[in-house]
Amino acid sequence: MSTVYNDFVIRFANVNGSGSASANGMFAKALFRMGIPVATRNIFPSNIQGLPTWFEVRVNERGYLGRREGGVDVMVAMNAETYAEDVASVTPGGYLFYDNSKPLAPSLRRSDIHEIGIPFSNLLLTEYTDIKQRGLFKNITYLGALAELLNIEFEVITGMVSAQYKGKDALIRPNINALEIGRNYARDYLGGPLKFQVRRVDLNGDKIMVDGNTAAALGSLYGGATVCAWYPITPSTSVAEAFERYAGQMRVDKETGQNKFAIIQSEDELAAIGIVIGAGWNGARSFTATSGPGISLMSEFLGLAYFAEIPAVIWDIQRAGPSTGMPTRTQQADLIGSAYASHGDTRHVLLFPSTPRECFDFGADALDLADRLQTPILVMSDLELGMNDNMSEPFAWDDSRMYDRGKVLDAEALEGVNRFGRYLDVDGDGIGYRTYPGTHPSKGAFFTRGTSRDEFAAYTESPDAYVRNMDRLVKKWETAATLVPKAEIHDRGQKAGIIYYGTSALPMQEALDLLGAEGIHLDQMRIRAFPFGAEVRSFIESHDVLFVVDQNRDGQMRQLLVNELGVDPARLVSIRYYGGLSISADHIQGKVSEHYTTRKLARLTEVKS
Amino acid sequence: MTFVAKPKVHHPRLPLNELGLTRRDYEGSVSTLCAGCGHDSVSAAIVQACAELSLPPHRFSKISGIGCSSKTPSYFLNRSHGFNSVHGRMPSVATGANMANQDLYCIGVSGDGDSASIGLGQFAHIVRRRINMLYIVDNNGTYGLTKGQFSATNDKGSTSKKGKPNLYESIDLVGLALQLGASFVARSFSGDKKQLVPLIKAGLMHKGFAFIDVISPCVAFNNHQGSTKSYDYVRGHIESVTMADFIAPQQEITADYEPGSTEDVAMPDGSRMRLRKLDDSYDPRDRFAALAHVLERQAAGEVVTGLLYVDPDSTDCHEIMNTIQKPLNTLVENDLCPGNGALDRINASYR
Repeated sequence: MSTVYNDFVIRFANVNGSGSASANGMFAKALFRMGIPVATRNIFPSNIQGLPTWFEVRVNERGYLGRREGGVDVMVAMNAETYAEDVASVTPGGYLFYDNSKPLAPSLRRSDIHEIGIPFSNLLLTEYTDIKQRGLFKNITYLGALAELLNIEFEVITGMVSAQYKGKDALIRPNINALEIGRNYARDYLGGPLKFQVRRVDLNGDKIMVDGNTAAALGSLYGGATVCAWYPITPSTSVAEAFERYAGQMRVDKETGQNKFAIIQSEDELAAIGIVIGAGWNGARSFTATSGPGISLMSEFLGLAYFAEIPAVIWDIQRAGPSTGMPTRTQQADLIGSAYASHGDTRHVLLFPSTPRECFDFGADALDLADRLQTPILVMSDLELGMNDNMSEPFAWDDSRMYDRGKVLDAEALEGVNRFGRYLDVDGDGIGYRTYPGTHPSKGAFFTRGTSRDEFAAYTESPDAYVRNMDRLVKKWETAATLVPKAEIHDRGQKAGIIYYGTSALPMQEALDLLGAEGIHLDQMRIRAFPFGAEVRSFIESHDVLFVVDQNRDGQMRQLLVNELGVDPARLVSIRYYGGLSISADHIQGKVSEHYTTRKLARLTEVKS
Repeated sequence: MTFVAKPKVHHPRLPLNELGLTRRDYEGSVSTLCAGCGHDSVSAAIVQACAELSLPPHRFSKISGIGCSSKTPSYFLNRSHGFNSVHGRMPSVATGANMANQDLYCIGVSGDGDSASIGLGQFAHIVRRRINMLYIVDNNGTYGLTKGQFSATNDKGSTSKKGKPNLYESIDLVGLALQLGASFVARSFSGDKKQLVPLIKAGLMHKGFAFIDVISPCVAFNNHQGSTKSYDYVRGHIESVTMADFIAPQQEITADYEPGSTEDVAMPDGSRMRLRKLDDSYDPRDRFAALAHVLERQAAGEVVTGLLYVDPDSTDCHEIMNTIQKPLNTLVENDLCPGNGALDRINASYR
């Protein structure tokens, strides 16, 4: 048996609400602190207590952090209800951890995997009298056993326990005791180390491990958001909650103890976006966070804000469709609905972050763009990025950076204006100058309406004035295309390219390496915003075959490219995954390879010099 | 509506207020509503109240939803910004505007369709949040712009212009506001300027959420025999329980009052509101009695008007949320951005 270092997938099967998240999180964090790249994925039900939940960690020295297909190498099966499917998901030669306080049913046994029974229930029966504690410490006990068998540095874990319960010292000892019970049992009764081992490396540098929603909240805070209005909806809730947490720490006036922010948990998403738009109209930076159903509810307001030209930032943490159940799974299925949300001729700016660092950056950039463009900016994250701890470059802020508040006339500037026209295109970029309410005693006031206005905001139903206004909005849209984040392009002059966005970046390097090994070499373009900049068009024009990766059924990014750039649909090959898990490298590689095979496209054999 | 533009010059002897402004400085564009529309009387009352209070005419935010009533912010306070927003959603927009700048006076104008039908949820929640604003409903019991459908405040049994009775219970916004904890609740009649102007003044100066339901007849679709929101019906069934007089901080009390007991309510800025009770048994500080009285008289087909409830110790959303006194829209990088140094600690907590 040859030892495999730092390359495996482990999955924990637990019962929701059993306190497993803390132990599982510590497992991942311990490896991260040993310098090993890890990716975590929490597959959870729409439920508080009782339904099955899984936590998966991919450990990979090459930094392949996408979801891996084909089963798991180590299964920690702690949920009797899902036992059968959990046992079935172990790869041949893999390991099954289970509680053998009761014997394993013969029908569940497999001869091609290693069964590692640990009598967790019996071990803890004598140690902890409280039933609830027994349940909680079971999780810590399996962590101790795994540490021994996978060779995780024990003091890394005990250090984490001490840090986590700092101030609640009474909890430290029982936790470490539980770890030791697991470790000692594994050492004393279980044979040798597993095939899969971890060992300290130094591949993580100064990276951090954080969820995208926290990053979004921090970016919004750094970007100067003062008003946050929101309605709870999975998977976006933690954006507002993190904003509240950090604002409470960093946005309280030292002298008065008063808040330099206002957070309103509103009665629904309609009110949330209404509050954001009211605040934006009155000159405060404001944002909301929601998911697909919230975008649907906000659509009427989004149209108004587009026409009335009011800054707003909306985080859409995308999930799988409506109702309850699958919506605790990830997808990128709100692109079309968001890009063209609302009635009338509307088009909205979208940003596509793919790492927590980018969530942080876009958190602030979106506020600048909203003010500059005087329009809603929708940041399209997803559950995969938003709710899972992702490895990321650390957050950084340029202290010389000033907020771009866009074209706003203050009282002094208004003095110099002969006749103020809110919707006059003075600079030829389609963006007019705005004023905040209450600025000047006699100048700059205007009445905000959706449509039906002339350049001076006077009421009119003139067809000509309407057309002039709508055409100016098109000009503004063209300006937007020059201001939004540029696509990230790796062009080595191949004939074929792959276009992706958001969390499809996670498995991309692995997919490209797999394809490269079979003679398929693709240039890459990661789209970071809509409207598409000139670089997007030129990348498409300079390649014969283009694969467009979407995590939705209808190839929504492909549709946007066809629709907005007039690309011949035949040139854009859609690679789609929409099962609610995150897209895998195997899936991308399989689909691209299949296309090459069916179309009999030439593969290159790389010349090695 | 009239097609005659308002003259820019005004009578040289128009009285000046403390800011040296005349009432004309508080007006808006010419109304496009029907001649005789009650809503225009409400706009005129707002103009008079703001001018008499000598409030700076550019320091308001005027927010509305959609409908005839929601057009009216164009027709008063031209020097202030107005926002004709989304049907039924004025409360959320006003909330956001108030969050951004608590120093502006906020007037929200809505209608019965806007607040009692499509926007009932937002109405309920803005009451709960105690946004510091004056919320006026121009209540005519009908949908004017779509030509005469019943609205949710239309009384059961009241008939449409074509003679069809309304079969459903009506929603009483005053009752709701009282129940949900509004700290200033009034009802008035667009045809009673003497009552309405002081109520608007008091509502503007009130700290917290001030609500005035103004019965404002629709001359085009709901002013006929059989309607309970017509000029004739309201005039015949009105019961005023209180008269409110707004008294500025330094103002000597010289007003000539009709008989009846009076009571002064202190306002946060040092001014007072003098309540004159027309019905001695009515206590405008007793929320539950107010609710009971309104419901009881309503059942008898009467319209109770006046200041129905006021909480002199009221608070507002900013106070509840403990926000900084300075308007949030004036905060800059130094106030808002913790800087790169603070990120070291944050980054370290994620390693």
